[in-house]
Amino acid sequence: MNSTSNRPLSWPWLSLIAIGLFGFMYFPILVLAFYSFNDSKYSTGWKGFTWKWYVAFLNDSRILTALANSLIVAFFAVGIAAVVGTLMAVGLARYRFPGKQVYQGTAYLPLIIPDIAIAVATLVFLAAIAIPVSGGLIQLSLGTVISAHVVFCLSYVAIVVSTRINDLNPHLEEAALDLGATPTQAFMQVLLPELMPAIVSGCLLAFVLSLDDFLIASFTAGGGSSTLPMEIFSRIRTGVKPDINALSVVLILSTGFLFAIAEYLRYRSERKRFS
Amino acid sequence: MSQAAIQNSSATTANAEFDVELRQVCKLFNNETVVRGVDLGIRRGEFFSILGPSGCGKTTTLRLIAGFDTPSAGEVLIQGRRMNAMPPYRRPVNTVFQSYALFSHLTAWENVAFGLRLQKHTKAEIQQRVDEALKLVKMDGFAKRFPAQLSGGQQQRVALARALVNRPTVLLLDEPLGALDLKLRKEMQVELANLHRELALTFVMVTHDQEEALCLSDRIAVMNQGIIEQIDTPERIYQQPKTPFVADFIGDTNLFHGKIEGFYPTTLWVVTETGLKVKAKQPEAGNTLTSGTVVLSVRPETVQLSLTPCNDDRNCFEGRLQDVMYLGTHVHFQVQLLSGDRLTVMRSNSPTNLPSADTPIYVSWSAQDCLALPL
Repeated sequence: MNSTSNRPLSWPWLSLIAIGLFGFMYFPILVLAFYSFNDSKYSTGWKGFTWKWYVAFLNDSRILTALANSLIVAFFAVGIAAVVGTLMAVGLARYRFPGKQVYQGTAYLPLIIPDIAIAVATLVFLAAIAIPVSGGLIQLSLGTVISAHVVFCLSYVAIVVSTRINDLNPHLEEAALDLGATPTQAFMQVLLPELMPAIVSGCLLAFVLSLDDFLIASFTAGGGSSTLPMEIFSRIRTGVKPDINALSVVLILSTGFLFAIAEYLRYRSERKRFS
Repeated sequence: MSQAAIQNSSATTANAEFDVELRQVCKLFNNETVVRGVDLGIRRGEFFSILGPSGCGKTTTLRLIAGFDTPSAGEVLIQGRRMNAMPPYRRPVNTVFQSYALFSHLTAWENVAFGLRLQKHTKAEIQQRVDEALKLVKMDGFAKRFPAQLSGGQQQRVALARALVNRPTVLLLDEPLGALDLKLRKEMQVELANLHRELALTFVMVTHDQEEALCLSDRIAVMNQGIIEQIDTPERIYQQPKTPFVADFIGDTNLFHGKIEGFYPTTLWVVTETGLKVKAKQPEAGNTLTSGTVVLSVRPETVQLSLTPCNDDRNCFEGRLQDVMYLGTHVHFQVQLLSGDRLTVMRSNSPTNLPSADTPIYVSWSAQDCLALPL
């Protein structure tokens, strides 16, 4: 009997649908990439090949500052979320404490709450409480963007890590203790390395989401601390410039590159362990 | 670290021949008593098994020795030293887990070296001892493999090496062969027995497999519902069970509930609830029964079948043959007695000219093979 899961695809209309879907998803990006090389200020006809829009945005200090801001925000928000989120996932999976059910229920709420609600809530909180209470010490700045980003990054890291913890052998730490490791050593030398692939992929996810966020950042950033999505948005209101196209292409390629590296690292460690 | 800890021991009054002692140990989880006052002493160099059905508290007992759980009451002593509050990483014991619990980010070699590295041994010593341990379990060719690249049996061997390399006072084994298939299990049983002989270590094994416990152990503790029913050698556990549970759990047996009607130095007359008059043996010298309710245990292999009533003083009852099960090396017969009791009989000869379901068949067993157990 033929296995039904591996028979050759024989319906031409199925491949037509597939091609159509991929076109729907990726054609706009191809168009964007195409016009980023167009030697014309407007996205109309093809006027010849050029690198000048790439050179233009690389010489644009406002874009570079915004890019630096975005990277700073993503780096710190993910860094904080990685540590706290991992500890949160471990705590929820391995310990019993009063109020655990409530904690578990609310820990992943930021994934469900609409960004706009988080953005408004954070802004209202900062304006009505944090800024007056701190006597103006806390101001809308990159710092406030980072703290707002930590909120959702934390949930993403925690959810990815806790999935991995639930797959782990529950006796791993006991085995480490049994072999003479103190609880700290057991955590550092056994649990953390076992969780590392999950922590890295959770961080990558959170990093890309933080880099991508426009809504929360635009509510919580102060003057002069625009992130890249904010800068792009402010420019696009006066018409799409080809240098933005060029910037977008670079962004797509660099995030793609980042993911390729992460995938490769993951693949290498999986092949090592699960071949 | 464990060695140093043992030397400055605050010696309690303890029996020096025991490596592990539990005294009136209880363990409660969420107000549920899992272990109810367990008393046991495990001798130095002994292969000791804790045998019982799932949920009887045997794994909890092992975890109390390992230190993963602390007793709610009672005392745990290892080599005469009170261990109640001692964390697992300071106890001179090592555990082989049922699920192996190998570290998947480390190779087989690194898994075995884990304990030694924590104890800050020199590189050369670690190298030598790990290689030795892997050779001991015949895994020296697989040192560089990761656990996921090893079969279940191979992972089991690495887990054994990882525990043994630390030279523990006591090796704890939690259902060590439970995850292996039958053939591999038999092989590993032999190897466990060999390891125990070679290393002269104290082994404490938890298992629900009576055959495994019987063939490996020097002594067995049979556990049920949080208490130990009997601690004895495999032979005595099988031949002289002290409680109905032990008789029923170890091997196959036929049990009859009844009342003592009379006694004579070595023989008891018991009338079962179904009205059978049975002659039985007194359980133990010094534990003579004279009255009250008892449970009678008759092993299926001690029962004779015949087509004619027996005329000696054996217990003999009429019945009808109901079922025959051919099991290769022996045959199981199910006989329905006229009293209504069902009796299992085991014979090694294969059946010839079996009687039909409506001809009388007679079962018989001697009083010596019929054990009376107090309820």
